[in-house]
Amino acid sequence: MSDAIIWVIMIPLLGSLISLTWSRYASFIAITSNMLALAASIIIVRQVYQSGPFIHQLGSWQTGLGISLRADALSSILLVMSMSVISAATFYASTYFTDAVKRARFWPLWLMLVVALNALLLSGDLFNLYVTLELLGLSAIALTALSDNRAALQAAIRYLSIGLLGSLVFLAGVALVYTGYGTLDLATLSNVVQASPLSQVAFGLMTAGLLIKSALFPLHFWLPSAHASAPAPVSAALSALVVKVAVYILLRLWIDVFDPVLTPFSAMLLGMLGAIAVIWGSWQALQAQRLKLMAAYSTVAQIGYLFIFLPLIVALPDGPLKDAAYTALLLMALTHGFAKSAFFLSAGVIQQYCGHDRIAELGGTARALPLTIFVIALSGVALIGLPPSGSFLGKWHLISSSLHAGQWWWVPVIAAGSILATAYVFRILGHAFAPGEGVDQVLKWGREEIPALILALLATLILGFGSAGLWDFVSQHNGFPGG
Amino acid sequence: MISEQLLYSLAGIGLFAIGLRATLLHHMLLPRLLALNVCGAGVFLIFIAIAYAGVENMADPVPQALVLTGIVVAVSATAMALALGRRLEALKDE
Amino acid sequence: MDIFDSLPLLILLSSLLPGLAIFLVREESHVLRTSLNLFGALTKLGLVGLMIWGVFHEWVSDMRWQIAPGLELVLHADALSVVFVTLSTVLWLVTTIYAIGYLEHSPHRSRFFGFFSLCVTATVGLALAGNLFTFVIFYELLTLATYPLVAHKGTPEAVRGARIYLTYTLGGGVLLLIGVVWLHTIAGPIDFQERGVLSDLTHLDPWTLRWIFLFMIIGLGVKAALFPLHGWLPQAMVAPAPVSALLHAVAVVKAGAFGIIRVVYDVFGVEYADALGLLPFLGAIAAFTIVYGSVKALSQDHLKRRLAYSTISQVSYIALGTAILGPLATIGGIVHLVHQGVMKITLFFAAGNYAETLGIHHVSEMDGVGRRMPATTLAFSIAALGMIGIPPIAGFISKWYLGLGALQAGAGLWVIPVLVASSLLNAAYFLPILYRAWFKPAVVKWPAEKPRSGRWEISGALMWPPVITAVLALLFGLFAGAPFSPLEWATLIATREY
Repeated sequence: MSDAIIWVIMIPLLGSLISLTWSRYASFIAITSNMLALAASIIIVRQVYQSGPFIHQLGSWQTGLGISLRADALSSILLVMSMSVISAATFYASTYFTDAVKRARFWPLWLMLVVALNALLLSGDLFNLYVTLELLGLSAIALTALSDNRAALQAAIRYLSIGLLGSLVFLAGVALVYTGYGTLDLATLSNVVQASPLSQVAFGLMTAGLLIKSALFPLHFWLPSAHASAPAPVSAALSALVVKVAVYILLRLWIDVFDPVLTPFSAMLLGMLGAIAVIWGSWQALQAQRLKLMAAYSTVAQIGYLFIFLPLIVALPDGPLKDAAYTALLLMALTHGFAKSAFFLSAGVIQQYCGHDRIAELGGTARALPLTIFVIALSGVALIGLPPSGSFLGKWHLISSSLHAGQWWWVPVIAAGSILATAYVFRILGHAFAPGEGVDQVLKWGREEIPALILALLATLILGFGSAGLWDFVSQHNGFPGG
Repeated sequence: MISEQLLYSLAGIGLFAIGLRATLLHHMLLPRLLALNVCGAGVFLIFIAIAYAGVENMADPVPQALVLTGIVVAVSATAMALALGRRLEALKDE
Repeated sequence: MDIFDSLPLLILLSSLLPGLAIFLVREESHVLRTSLNLFGALTKLGLVGLMIWGVFHEWVSDMRWQIAPGLELVLHADALSVVFVTLSTVLWLVTTIYAIGYLEHSPHRSRFFGFFSLCVTATVGLALAGNLFTFVIFYELLTLATYPLVAHKGTPEAVRGARIYLTYTLGGGVLLLIGVVWLHTIAGPIDFQERGVLSDLTHLDPWTLRWIFLFMIIGLGVKAALFPLHGWLPQAMVAPAPVSALLHAVAVVKAGAFGIIRVVYDVFGVEYADALGLLPFLGAIAAFTIVYGSVKALSQDHLKRRLAYSTISQVSYIALGTAILGPLATIGGIVHLVHQGVMKITLFFAAGNYAETLGIHHVSEMDGVGRRMPATTLAFSIAALGMIGIPPIAGFISKWYLGLGALQAGAGLWVIPVLVASSLLNAAYFLPILYRAWFKPAVVKWPAEKPRSGRWEISGALMWPPVITAVLALLFGLFAGAPFSPLEWATLIATREY
């Protein structure tokens, strides 16, 4: 039971290896191992809830030498979200690939992605973060390239070279941190880091690397093509999870470890970039001609919201207001994870039934695929931030934190972003409701529609009405125990 | 002794900067990949310089272990980029 | 009083659950869908009856569900919510019957009735909301549930009308949200309370409160179609007739007006709002909208457009009643919430019947229609006369109390001329229709006449709803003094608010 933190990484790793050699049963292996890993992630949350954040030394090496796994409120919640999205996408993917070769290549890579995600979320030191980030990037790129057309390959190559650059910059920062403090353990660092030129440069390099990975405007240029051309279940994981864990590392470094180095100006700068991302991404999403491209630009905008929280968290005094802003940030990230993956899976359903995902030709889909359009509407509601959804609460707190911190200028940005999001979501629904002969056959309760429905309900009803416990959980159990 | 360490560090930073500049300038796959590898070599050199503790003393093993891992990552990423590039060329010919 | 505590939730569920079930009903299962609809509507009616009884005896019902620190969903029944709940429940029943007849044989009925039920659920939730947070949630849900109804036909005009509707209402929703969050940050969570909450919090900066009021009134004014935020309403008339009835009489426009009443009376407190100088501001907008809507209605030949501009004008009576300090004007405003509802729904039902049976869409095509469709036209006439304010129909009572209230508050100098001008304009755009319908000779051929079947001028499901609501409008006027009449209930609210 207490080894859940190991199993959540080991199970997908074993699954990946077994599915590589035993590819005929790969989808069965993948479903089993992801369900087991989901169960393990829930056990981890329970452990954190009952006895607070904890640490596990692999092979009983001492901190600094061996690999240590850590879990606290933030990482365990994100772990459960990530495993839920992965499990739903796994069910969807089990019927998605028709080509046997692609299917055989997909499962080992997919499970490797899960390993990377889980290991990253549970890593407690900078170097392991770097390695898992690379593993994540490589498996994500290989999965993107599975589409095997020119657009996808070009996107994958661009994603790879820019991602590699990002990780090298990050690694350079890590080297400087080791020079200055002789340790890479986050908990230890958080006690010793002081403001100095060295830590500022190190911090700047690591931040720059992570900004590339998290696709903050203007470093988002690689994201839309990659997310739009990957296979649908992969796009779901890329947009919902892969980008978000980079933001997770950033948040860890900014709020927990490097807060002495942080200046209000740098936080404000990132907030400003986030604000531009909200407007620019939403505007591009409104112009997009294809469903998946629209969803990808919407991710750029949604990541922007997360960055607007940074200057607010920095400005607010310690106490309930800061905790509320922090939890609201997490809630926004969770809602977007569920909603965007639901959206991509639905886009995949539409693409398979209509043979395309051009928005202007969606006429008739509301009649032919009512459940899928319903899911798109639900996840759209969550993307806009309307009730009942987790992001409604997130935006509520974003506005109130802005007013509390005296930074009222974020409020018009949030308003404009919401209106643009309304426009791009309802543009799709308008086309879907229009008459047209997109598909002949009426699909009601198709098996491939269920995973997306569950994700969309998680983003809306569950997070919207049932997330009250999250606030106490995060304010009580966040942060790693001291090294 | 200190100056040796500093020399290697500066060389690492120099390589990193050269590689970074070339990465941003080139759009073709192969030159960009080479530039990225130069960039990576710079970072690894910095790590090695950090580990160095004089001729008599044992070097700090942690940065060296990190460099080994980093090299493995860099090699696999390069290999994958090359494979993708080949596949793209093959698709162009079709 | 356990059952009474859960009553608000049961009332919500009585339309939510049938609504969700209807989505799953197969298109052909007409009987199952109709029974679900009527079962929900009748159950809700029964529950609402119980609630009226309870609120009259001042039983307190209060349900809370924590969503986040400081944010609670609160369902709470007070005298004001009962007015709106009753109105929408009764009119929902009538409109459902009408819609069943109206949409016979048309496609996507399960989807339509599903959203129809969700829409009423949102309206009732908004009426029962016990704080601003809950109100905002249901306010946005109402927008979402009505969008598919406006877009229902799927034609380019319908989708365009729906898009305009959405742009206005969600834009307004964002402003309302900002206003409400702002208020939360300076005053903490606010539960609605008779006589207001903010008047007791004297440390708040009056100018901040004025700005917050402005944000909230803009947000609510979009749905209430206050000038210059009314632009969506004439565009949304492309929707099927039952939906227009819903927009104009039962749900959307009323939600905006109801929100204004809530904010003025139960958040700011009417006397405090007056002290801040907010009421004259609101009154001026309302008065202008009343005249503006009527003037615009004059020049519309399209029947539903004329009715839409008439709604813009008439709903502002509610805002006007709210903006005049004093119990009599309050009574006038609140009672008009009900009276305008029954009268306007009659007019839209009748307009739908003309379009459905004879293909008449324009006023100029209505010559002699009274002889072809006497029952429908009679209902239309009663409602139109009521709108003008002819006694003893309900509309007269509203105008009478508004006038008295203005005199009581010393605002007669500008309110009475507005009322007179508006009534003259009402007469100017309604009487010609009645003249054409009853006294002009019928044209030889109607634009698109459907063959007559059955014993009535039109199928019963379409004929009886307007007749029933017209009779209601007549009864509300004739028996205004009877216990539990809208007027008596509005008086009860007014005594609790002052």
